[in-house]
Amino acid sequence: MLKMTHLSKVYRTEVVETYALRDFNIDVKEGEFVAVTGPSGSGKTTFLTIAGLLETFSGGEYHLDGIEVSNLNDNARSKIRNEKIGFIFQAFNLIPDLNVFDNIEVPLRYRGMKGAERKQRIMESLERVGLVSRAKHYPAELSGGQQQRVAIARALAGGPRLLLADEPTGNLDTQMARSVLELIEDIHRDGATIVMVTHDPELAARAQRNVHIIDGQVVDLAEEPRFHTHADAAAQTHP
Amino acid sequence: MFAYYLQLGLRSLRRNPALTALMVIAIGFGVAASMTTYAVFRAVSGDPIPWKSGQLFVPQIDSWGPGQGRQAGDLPDALSYTDAMALMRAHVAHRQTVIYPVGLSLIPTGQTAKPIAAHGYATYTDFFSMFDVPFLYGSSWPVSDDTGRGNAVVITRKLNQRLFGGADSVGKVINLDGSDYRVSGVIRDWNPKPRFFDVANGSGFGGEADFYMPFTRAIDLQIGTDGNNNCTKVAAAGWDGWLHSSCVWIAYWVELPTAAAVARYRDYLKGYAADQRKSGRFDWTPAVRLSDVSQWLNLQHVVPPETRVSMLISLGFLVVCLVNTIGLLLAKFMRRAPEIGVRRALGASRREIYKQFLLEAAAVGLAGGVLGLLLTGVGMLGVGLVFEADVARLAHMNLSLVMLTVLVAVVATLLAALYPTWRAASVQPAWQLKSN
Repeated sequence: MLKMTHLSKVYRTEVVETYALRDFNIDVKEGEFVAVTGPSGSGKTTFLTIAGLLETFSGGEYHLDGIEVSNLNDNARSKIRNEKIGFIFQAFNLIPDLNVFDNIEVPLRYRGMKGAERKQRIMESLERVGLVSRAKHYPAELSGGQQQRVAIARALAGGPRLLLADEPTGNLDTQMARSVLELIEDIHRDGATIVMVTHDPELAARAQRNVHIIDGQVVDLAEEPRFHTHADAAAQTHP
Repeated sequence: MFAYYLQLGLRSLRRNPALTALMVIAIGFGVAASMTTYAVFRAVSGDPIPWKSGQLFVPQIDSWGPGQGRQAGDLPDALSYTDAMALMRAHVAHRQTVIYPVGLSLIPTGQTAKPIAAHGYATYTDFFSMFDVPFLYGSSWPVSDDTGRGNAVVITRKLNQRLFGGADSVGKVINLDGSDYRVSGVIRDWNPKPRFFDVANGSGFGGEADFYMPFTRAIDLQIGTDGNNNCTKVAAAGWDGWLHSSCVWIAYWVELPTAAAVARYRDYLKGYAADQRKSGRFDWTPAVRLSDVSQWLNLQHVVPPETRVSMLISLGFLVVCLVNTIGLLLAKFMRRAPEIGVRRALGASRREIYKQFLLEAAAVGLAGGVLGLLLTGVGMLGVGLVFEADVARLAHMNLSLVMLTVLVAVVATLLAALYPTWRAASVQPAWQLKSN
């Protein structure tokens, strides 16, 4: 589903080149649930934004659902984002001027979907996250957990094959975090591929596979003794 | 998506009414200033007879010679009686006429009514067909009245209304300065702006004439010109002395329908001036000019220079307003960078962002256009404070000006929105989403 080979991302200024990703290799199979961990500044979010075609890369190859994306123009990249990818962000990223219904409608509008179908999809996804009664509410009128559920409903409505989640529970309390994670697991059970960036070992342990990034590269946890504890714990809690 | 973007645009404008009002006011004032001055400029610079202006020509002959305080190539703007009659007799053009303004007293038939001052032109019957003058009743007088010094007259609808209550007055008699004239026709409201055939006697934007009479009859009755009479030497005494002087006071127009006819007439004019030199009447290098309507209006500086200057100033004001609008739009759009980032992540291409924000700018432009219309209407009332009354009277609102005002407002705002929209479409979604 998502395959990056020798991928690099360099930020250049007049005096310095900074590698955010270097010789980065990853292969996420269709239907997998992968957690991406790593310290702050390691390149996790850069990986996620490149994976979501929100950012270009400097070298290497990236195949998304069998398509080499490096030569795609803005229209084609936008179309893929709209039709195949769903995003969940730590800060929810709802549009404050739109109510819940209208927020969820945004990606469907760009898809050119007819009004009746849009409405049906929005109501189904709201039902799934348990927020039908909040359809006319504005983001500011919702709790953090509810806002994140709206963001999940927005991702769900488009029926994405790849869900990219960046610290989806980072701004939530434990109870809210648990319910959000359950929703993500639901989406996975329905067949979507999930790539989730997280700092939380407990969350990472619920994924099928953990990928650790340090200094812009994927690190094999077995060769990094300082991570054995986490890896083992993950293996025990999520066989 | 059009309706969706329009809805988003209106919602965005409502979100910050103060900023929106500032933009609308800036555009409204800029457009109103431009449109008010443009309305004046348009009124004075239009082609008064567009379907025929390339076929109507004014011949000029240097009948004064060098000196007399004139620059080289500065020919008299009218003809002397001698030259005008020579050109009429030669009859080289398809149609030709002489014209000079006359002012007479109209003597009413009632015993108690007082005479009315009436202004008209002495001309030839070709005048009406050359300038496509529209008739309400009857027609112009026959050629026989030109050659036979007939007492025919063509009156205007306004005078016909005053004298005959608007009824068909063809064949009826009016009295001008004690002489009776038989009405051969009544013309509809016709007062070209500018009055191209008589721009030497005033601004060219005065009121409509009351009547037209045969030139030959006016000369017979020794009716002097009511317009300019420019002389370089004192004319000999008496009517004949004036007629045969070098004083210029007669406008002359010819109709030349083809390029060949124009070339032929130009050759004729040159030949005529050369003959005058040979005969000893001119003792200077002959100089002639043949100008079509637009060339003639330019030569006569019919468009008042203050209309051009004020239009340029108001266009400059519009540019200043638009520069302000660019800044306001930029602030408005870039404040929504996080929203743009989210939309891009959810599948909006740069093209969609362009559409959304340009449509929002167009809505601002439309509102500015409506305000501009109201202010242009107010501006029209104040035109008289800046321009001459004759010129100011011409500026008026019509459908084309209304549409142009709105169009200019929308297009100008869209142009102003190009840079802010480009910046909005260039927002890097990854940076926005990371920074959130």
